[in-house]
Amino acid sequence: MESDEVKPPRVPLSQRPEWSDVTPVPQDDGPSPVVPIAYKEEFVETMDYFRAVYLADERSARALRLTAEVINLNAGNYTVWHFRRSILDALDADLNDELDFIENIARSNSKNYQIWHHRRWVAEKLGTDSARKELAFTKKIFSIDAKHYHAWSHRQWVLLALGGWEDELGYCQQLLEEDVFNNSAWNQRFFVITKSPLLGGLEAMRESEVSYTVEAILTYPENESPWRYLRGLYKGDTQSWVNDPQVSSVCLKVLNATNNCMFALSTLLDLLCHGLLPSQEFNDAVDALKPSGPDQPDSDLGKKVCSILEHIDPIRANYWKWRKSKLPSAT
Amino acid sequence: MRQEQIKNPTLHFSRDMGEIVTEKHVQYIFSVEKRKDDFISVAMEYLRMNGAYWGLTTLDLLGKLDAVDADEVVSWIMKCQHESGGFGGNIGHDPHILYTLSAVQVFALFNKLNVLDVEKVTNYIAGLQNEDGSFSGDEWGEVDTRFSYIAICCLSILHHLNKINVEKAVSYIVSCKNLDGGFGCTPGGESHAGQIFCCVGALAITGSLHHIDKDLLGWWLCERQVKAGGLNGRPEKLPDVCYSWWVLSSLIMIDRVHWISKEKLVKFILDCQDTENGGISDRPDDAVDVYHTFFGVAGLSLLEYPGLKAIDPAYALPVDVINRIFFG
Repeated sequence: MESDEVKPPRVPLSQRPEWSDVTPVPQDDGPSPVVPIAYKEEFVETMDYFRAVYLADERSARALRLTAEVINLNAGNYTVWHFRRSILDALDADLNDELDFIENIARSNSKNYQIWHHRRWVAEKLGTDSARKELAFTKKIFSIDAKHYHAWSHRQWVLLALGGWEDELGYCQQLLEEDVFNNSAWNQRFFVITKSPLLGGLEAMRESEVSYTVEAILTYPENESPWRYLRGLYKGDTQSWVNDPQVSSVCLKVLNATNNCMFALSTLLDLLCHGLLPSQEFNDAVDALKPSGPDQPDSDLGKKVCSILEHIDPIRANYWKWRKSKLPSAT
Repeated sequence: MRQEQIKNPTLHFSRDMGEIVTEKHVQYIFSVEKRKDDFISVAMEYLRMNGAYWGLTTLDLLGKLDAVDADEVVSWIMKCQHESGGFGGNIGHDPHILYTLSAVQVFALFNKLNVLDVEKVTNYIAGLQNEDGSFSGDEWGEVDTRFSYIAICCLSILHHLNKINVEKAVSYIVSCKNLDGGFGCTPGGESHAGQIFCCVGALAITGSLHHIDKDLLGWWLCERQVKAGGLNGRPEKLPDVCYSWWVLSSLIMIDRVHWISKEKLVKFILDCQDTENGGISDRPDDAVDVYHTFFGVAGLSLLEYPGLKAIDPAYALPVDVINRIFFG
């Protein structure tokens, strides 16, 4: 919460001449607080003065400054944010300054719904001109935390409401180069290829996206996201997913490497359940993975895959047992 | 409408898992930390209504709600209500759907729902539904599937779901479904266990679970369990005790909880306890707070840890409270 700058010592509000006409209003907690909470003195005084202007509905410049002081002490206080918006409206304030204010607060408080909602309110008022700034702001947040849920939600809203799609696919690419495990970036990638007015839509993008995803899988086969993304590319068209040689081939490659096979095995299982006719290579690859032991030999490939999964992913053994029970009967 | 809790006869609670330090948690919740430089207590003021719900429900699950003066709580909550019918996070705070649900839930705990002006509260919530079926948090218009759940849960408890357009509410939630089977905060938003709980809970309460691919979502949810036994909220994120609620209750509502290792999860939650001072933290050895204490205890209840009251996975209130509301 503390910033890195050296701040001048705080002058209590009771000693500031501009506030001499205001009587602070103490909090009414009731006789024995239900969830008893201890307070800092600075916080108490600032809140007492805030309560005074809030109850008087004073929408002035000094009230605006006071809301900033409260927010700096406690950025989660949503009532203060509401009141700040009322003041900004009443004063017809320059909302570009407000963007700077929010950015400063976000430095130490970014995991906070109020900040993001306030930012959206400001951006909406500023209109499409603010698109570039909003994309830049969220980028800054991502440079610290590339999976920041609020920031991604905000960025999606910006693109849909204000535009700015031009560089979005490229940005997803960049993020995935930095961390191919970033599920948020994969989600955004899907968002872009399905919703961007500048691209051709899912089916048009499918071929290039499949190639991209296959490469990502081969670098880290234990990465959950690209496997799910690959499946997602065939939304509404499972048969194409089953029949695409790139899909079965990436499974086979990973299986043959014998390391980090979990998602390759589960994908193969899904393919088999949707009618894939496996070649001998698949049988050989899976046989090579079978745990040695006194287990009964399963001639059915699907059963073999489930047995291996139970063995290498024991925490989800019940799930893999259930998958085995649901296999289409061997012909 | 609500499912029986799934019984797993093979789950044994052994000493190796650790033990719940019930008395310490009770003391923690009642305790007053008078240290003035405690930032956490300063930050909690505006969401005291949520804090009350977390603390009081935990006490009820631990069988200690009797120690609280219900009338005092009720009178404080009533001071938080506005003309609009909504409740604020504390006295002097603006109304918001978040705190309105917590207020109603606390009333339910104390069997004081009859004290409420149900018309007023339900009108406030119904007024927050948008054209597309979504819900705003308050007059300022923030939209999130969390608010869909809150509206539906609250109106259901107050027997007034008929005040909203349930069909549109459901179709908005369904529009937030992703290809991995999960749900985000808005259409296209990344699947996240917290949002999934909200969407699944709302669909459960409105009898709309058929919109969910339970096998697909069940797999996504059980993939949240990491080797050490805890649950995360999204792929490649760290486990956190609060997901013991969001993920677990979701799995129970779609009848797939047997797909995770319950034993390992119990052990993880117990490891997150501060066995000296009470309270539960997000992960072992971190600082405790009331939020994680509630979700840890609630998670243990869902896992049928002995000595805890059963909790309803959709309403997040003790089952006996829900029975009283719907069958009492």
